[in-house]
Amino acid sequence: MLSWTCPAPLRDQPRVVMGHGGGGALSAELVEHIFAPAFGGEVLAQLGDAAAVTLGGTRLAFSTDSYVVRPLFFPGGSIGDLAVNGTVNDLAMSGARAAYLSCAFILEEGVEMPVVARVAEAIGAAARVAGVEVATGDTKVVEAGHGDGVYVNTAGIGLIPAGVDLRPQRVVPGDVVIVSGEIGAHGVAVMSVREGLEFGVDIESDCAALGGLVDAMLAVTPDLHVLRDPTRGGLAAALNEIAAAARVGVVIQERSVPVPPAVANACAILGLDPMYVANEGKLVAFVPREHADAVLAAMRAHPLGARARVIGAAVADHPGMVVARTGLGGTRVVDLPVGEQLPRIC
Amino acid sequence: MKYIDEFQDPELARRLLDSIHAAVTRPWALMEVCGGQTHTIIRHGIDQLLPDEVELIHGPGCPVCVTPLEVIDKALEIASRPGVIFCSFGDMLRVPGTGRDLFGVRSEGGDVRVVYSPLDALRIARQNPDRQVVFFGIGFETTAPPNAMTVYQARRLGIRNFSLLVSHVRVPPAIEAIMRSPACRVQAFLAAGHVCSVMGTGEYPALAERYRVPIVVTGFEPLDILEGVRRTVLQLERGEHAVENAYRRAVLDEGNPAARAMLDDVFEVTDRAWRGIGVIPDSGWQLSARYRDFDAEHRFSVAGITTLEPAACRAGEVLQGLLKPHECEAFGSVCTPRTPLGATMVSSEGACAAYYLYRRLDVAAPRLEASPVV
Repeated sequence: MLSWTCPAPLRDQPRVVMGHGGGGALSAELVEHIFAPAFGGEVLAQLGDAAAVTLGGTRLAFSTDSYVVRPLFFPGGSIGDLAVNGTVNDLAMSGARAAYLSCAFILEEGVEMPVVARVAEAIGAAARVAGVEVATGDTKVVEAGHGDGVYVNTAGIGLIPAGVDLRPQRVVPGDVVIVSGEIGAHGVAVMSVREGLEFGVDIESDCAALGGLVDAMLAVTPDLHVLRDPTRGGLAAALNEIAAAARVGVVIQERSVPVPPAVANACAILGLDPMYVANEGKLVAFVPREHADAVLAAMRAHPLGARARVIGAAVADHPGMVVARTGLGGTRVVDLPVGEQLPRIC
Repeated sequence: MKYIDEFQDPELARRLLDSIHAAVTRPWALMEVCGGQTHTIIRHGIDQLLPDEVELIHGPGCPVCVTPLEVIDKALEIASRPGVIFCSFGDMLRVPGTGRDLFGVRSEGGDVRVVYSPLDALRIARQNPDRQVVFFGIGFETTAPPNAMTVYQARRLGIRNFSLLVSHVRVPPAIEAIMRSPACRVQAFLAAGHVCSVMGTGEYPALAERYRVPIVVTGFEPLDILEGVRRTVLQLERGEHAVENAYRRAVLDEGNPAARAMLDDVFEVTDRAWRGIGVIPDSGWQLSARYRDFDAEHRFSVAGITTLEPAACRAGEVLQGLLKPHECEAFGSVCTPRTPLGATMVSSEGACAAYYLYRRLDVAAPRLEASPVV
């Protein structure tokens, strides 16, 4: 059965491969077997997107993330938008409104200065929209050929409101699973420009800061059980992580998962599953059943949750596993992705 | 989107299922040839909805799965060489060779690139005249024409730093090999629509007649599969063995003449080894004599590679329809998508991967591998 306390040894990967950064099983192994044991610490052991810490009697959320996206600018956003919204959203998933960000650049020798300026302007604009202040920063330059132009790291802190305790361990069978909108747009938008693929329609990234949406949800009830933004690894990874940490099963109705037609078409062409494609402006929530209708209504009243949908529920069966009821009436397991999704041969 | 939704309509699916249930009077074993069809069947739970009498046997039609280990090892060897840019479709990168895969070669410094078209590899060759660019040309009749076109273009444009590592295979000889096996239980075939869109249906009547098996050309969406099963079952119940085309929106009886002409120009039929199955006569293509200069195996002298298949891997039996993936001892324990013993577990079209990804709740609950933490 599922092994939680005694995980299998690190697989025979003598070197880092791309999958170690893909947000799937290999990423989890790297954290579990190398980083977490080396760092120790009770806070880190939470292994959430943001750490919840208490400092001087105040509950804070604290998070960091690095952004290495290629290309730097894509339909609907840029690395600057991602660097702000990604960290703001990691904090929001703890229920915290981001207050201050740090912003560190690793620039590659030879990058044109207007490119750096565009990224910086995007960061400033995104921070203003998100209501957060960039309070500190750092710049390093690496030799030409040793980077992809611009890498950005951001870290952020924010206050966790009283009475809010968002973590997978609070999920219980019967919780309703809600997704805040259509999935897959960000991953397909980036792929369309990175790989020179055109799908006949423009697909824009959904990149957005989710603090306001989370505020609207918490205003209905502080008793949300867990929130997660399904970034790398997509909705499938987010649901699997929650199912594993909460030790519950999750059942979703496949036809209830909102997928834009353009994303579905692009994925069909490439042999990808929208459930595994990255999002940057969506969240998935596990909500006590008695609050679900009110939370859903509050989400739909917010611009970033207008297309929120109930997609399933937590169940006592098959703990740690996510199962989809297919449109035709069958069932299938929705697994954690192993590494990067790979376009198929034919 | 309507082109996808139309072929996944639950109401139409229900009607087709009712029709199949009404037609079946006794057990039948059907083989879907293509791995893409296998994934549709398992992903949508179609096998769970069919009558118990209808057994779907998964065929050898996964191009990644049947590429011999020796060819994978040659790819790894070539990709490791300095000055080489090795280009491949994405799903070949995780297929294990003897000891490692192409992702491993890349992590060791090899220049391995994922491309979406073989013509992208040719473009890379033009942009890097001082490097040797190799494209991994694998697959069935579906992927062979664009790969042939690439070599044709390279020759026409005088591009000398481009070559193809070829391991193309043909479906009809594989069907023949399956039917000749003493252990064969297959009573009818759902033929692969993509293959027929290139080759047409002309190769199948002789097979249907010789082995008295119905062959129904079938597409890849859920309703396509159900319609293929329905037509096949109707034939079996009537004691017929005709070739039918249930994928007319994509398949003409004559196939694609331009693609076939390109194949005839660039390739010639050869005996080919299938991973896990062995050599099947006339079942593959190699570059014809006038294009031999573009053959990566000649250019890089990679003969004499010794390979080592994992003893526990029974992918060959899975590919021949003799074993269901979960009936293999290694399934879900030592063999998972993270630690695949064979290509059937790692390929996006592999039968073992389909069972592991979508169906292990039913078939392997006691042997689930440790699930990673958040």
